[in-house]
Amino acid sequence: MDAVPLSWYLVLSAVLFGLGVAGFLFRRNIITVFMSIELMLNAVNLTFIAFASRLGQVDGQIFAFFVMVVAAAEAAVGLAIILVIFRNRATLQIDELDSMKN
Amino acid sequence: MNPHLLMVLKAAVVLGALLATLLYIQWVERKVIAHIQRRLGPYRVGPHGLLQPVADTLKLLLKEDLLPGHVNRFLYLLAPFLAVTLALISIAVIPFGPEIEVAGVRTWIQLTDLNVGVLFVLAISSLTVYAVVLAGWSSNSKYPLLGGLRSAAQMIGYELPLGMAVAAPLLMSGSLSLREIVLSQQPFAGGFVPGWNIFRMPFPQVISFFVFLIAAFAETNRIPFDLPEAENELVAGFHTEYSSLKFASFFMAEYANMITVCAMATALFLGGWLPPWPAEYGSSYAPSVVLALAGALLLYHGLPPAFRRDRLTLPAAGVAALVAAAVLLIPAVQARLLPLIWFLAKTGFLLFVFIWARGTLPRLRYDQLMRFTWTFLFPVGVLNLMATGLVVALGA
Amino acid sequence: MAPAIFLVFAALAVFCGLNVVLRRHPIASALWLIGVMVSLAVLYGLLGAHFLAVAQVIVYAGAIMVLFVMVIMLVNAGAEQPSNASRMAQVLGLPLLAGLLAVLGLVIRRATPAAALAARKGTAHDVGTALFTTYLLPFEITSILVLIAILGAVVLAYKEKH
Repeated sequence: MDAVPLSWYLVLSAVLFGLGVAGFLFRRNIITVFMSIELMLNAVNLTFIAFASRLGQVDGQIFAFFVMVVAAAEAAVGLAIILVIFRNRATLQIDELDSMKN
Repeated sequence: MNPHLLMVLKAAVVLGALLATLLYIQWVERKVIAHIQRRLGPYRVGPHGLLQPVADTLKLLLKEDLLPGHVNRFLYLLAPFLAVTLALISIAVIPFGPEIEVAGVRTWIQLTDLNVGVLFVLAISSLTVYAVVLAGWSSNSKYPLLGGLRSAAQMIGYELPLGMAVAAPLLMSGSLSLREIVLSQQPFAGGFVPGWNIFRMPFPQVISFFVFLIAAFAETNRIPFDLPEAENELVAGFHTEYSSLKFASFFMAEYANMITVCAMATALFLGGWLPPWPAEYGSSYAPSVVLALAGALLLYHGLPPAFRRDRLTLPAAGVAALVAAAVLLIPAVQARLLPLIWFLAKTGFLLFVFIWARGTLPRLRYDQLMRFTWTFLFPVGVLNLMATGLVVALGA
Repeated sequence: MAPAIFLVFAALAVFCGLNVVLRRHPIASALWLIGVMVSLAVLYGLLGAHFLAVAQVIVYAGAIMVLFVMVIMLVNAGAEQPSNASRMAQVLGLPLLAGLLAVLGLVIRRATPAAALAARKGTAHDVGTALFTTYLLPFEITSILVLIAILGAVVLAYKEKH
């Protein structure tokens, strides 16, 4: 059973990260933008764990664990902010949240 | 034997046994609740209603399969499928018995042993929230939506005490693999006291057992926590808009979850497939003795029976029990089947507790239920975990 | 067999990721994101990080995404309106992204040695030992971080009862 080369994991991670960036830049709905951020974080986790496996250490996995914890905290606070924005503006399109412009 | 073929065979056996159990646990539940309420339960379809599940299955399959026009079609069809799939997956890591040898093949009576088995079951149970939420939301109707969201909040709220209650015996058993946990409960303290986690010094896990059981009632949406699917509350909760096979899927998933949770409690707290007292003092003969007594009792009441309609069924059941008792005395059968029988007996007892609670207790109101978990059950679970950790750390 | 498993779940992850970015309705994006997370959990398992694979399902797919789904349902988000963003961005966006990824992929393949990965240590024992010895301070700090996040979320979203 031959194992999978490291570069395959890194390419997959790059593709997922690229998709996350595309979603972040091109989508208008604030919740979808937030989900693209989560996609980017997952791609980074994959890189950390792939390198942890390559180097035979567990430190990369610890990093990925902390990324997960911080992403959970960020999701909680971010969604609370989105709820409050929705309550005040009744919109989820980021085009319309421009009261600080000009 | 080819290990892949062995795995497929084991999976087929476990699946067949599980589906048959799902069918007949419904019969057991209806009979037990009926007798608690001083009535008879299913009686006419087959002897003592034994063919009732078959009749119910046929009815549900032949019912008109509605697809309402106002539902979100993909999610509406995905939800029952997800519920059943997730419920059946978690059986894969439950240890039913030790390593046995059948026809020259040595294998554990367990489909697979993950080294993070306990976390796997917790992960699958945290995914079952989606089946309920999607069922409620995709129905595009207010009662299913409310039922779905309430049920999701309830399941999430009770996941935390479940996790805390599971973590405490892990501290004492020292492993996340369910097989290792059962094996760590093997030593008999003082030669005859079972080393099950619920009795084990330095810290008997009685509190976590009860916290686990209560959280399990809530996770499987059973009374007293079944408000999200109560008939007189929310029409039928999140599965109002479902009919026929999809409706049956949700019930199958609920019973399968019940079986999984009782099997987990048995493996974590009650010593899995280990006997209550050592084999040197004759525990291997206990099931035979119990079955023989049951057979004798059935024959005593069956010949002649109190009611004329029982003149065939009671003696037949008595003879079957005596034959089973005799078969269990054969050493070859005993070596292979006895641990499995202990496991099934303990799990069966816990399932009986579930059904007993359904027939006895009233339903909790939604706010009472949520307050109970966040202000009582979760702190108790955390305190128990801290106490266990302290005792284990000071003792080790 | 490992390359086959990797290819299947990597393709699944990319397909789910594409759907996250391309679907109109946020609920559909959320469900496809759950698909990405579960496929990634399988890949973590393939890399030998068993504890993190299960933690990914419990934390990400089972808790964070439930939060997302419930907020989307609470807010009753509808399908997204077509945007009035620049036409050039829409036309050039995907090809440029594909080009960037191709360059990245070539660089990565050239830079990393061709040695294959075997499953290394990643059981709960290994992760737990490292977490409670070398990384104890970050662990405690993240627990305070999560507490602050809980308090912050409650304070932000709290509705005064009139």
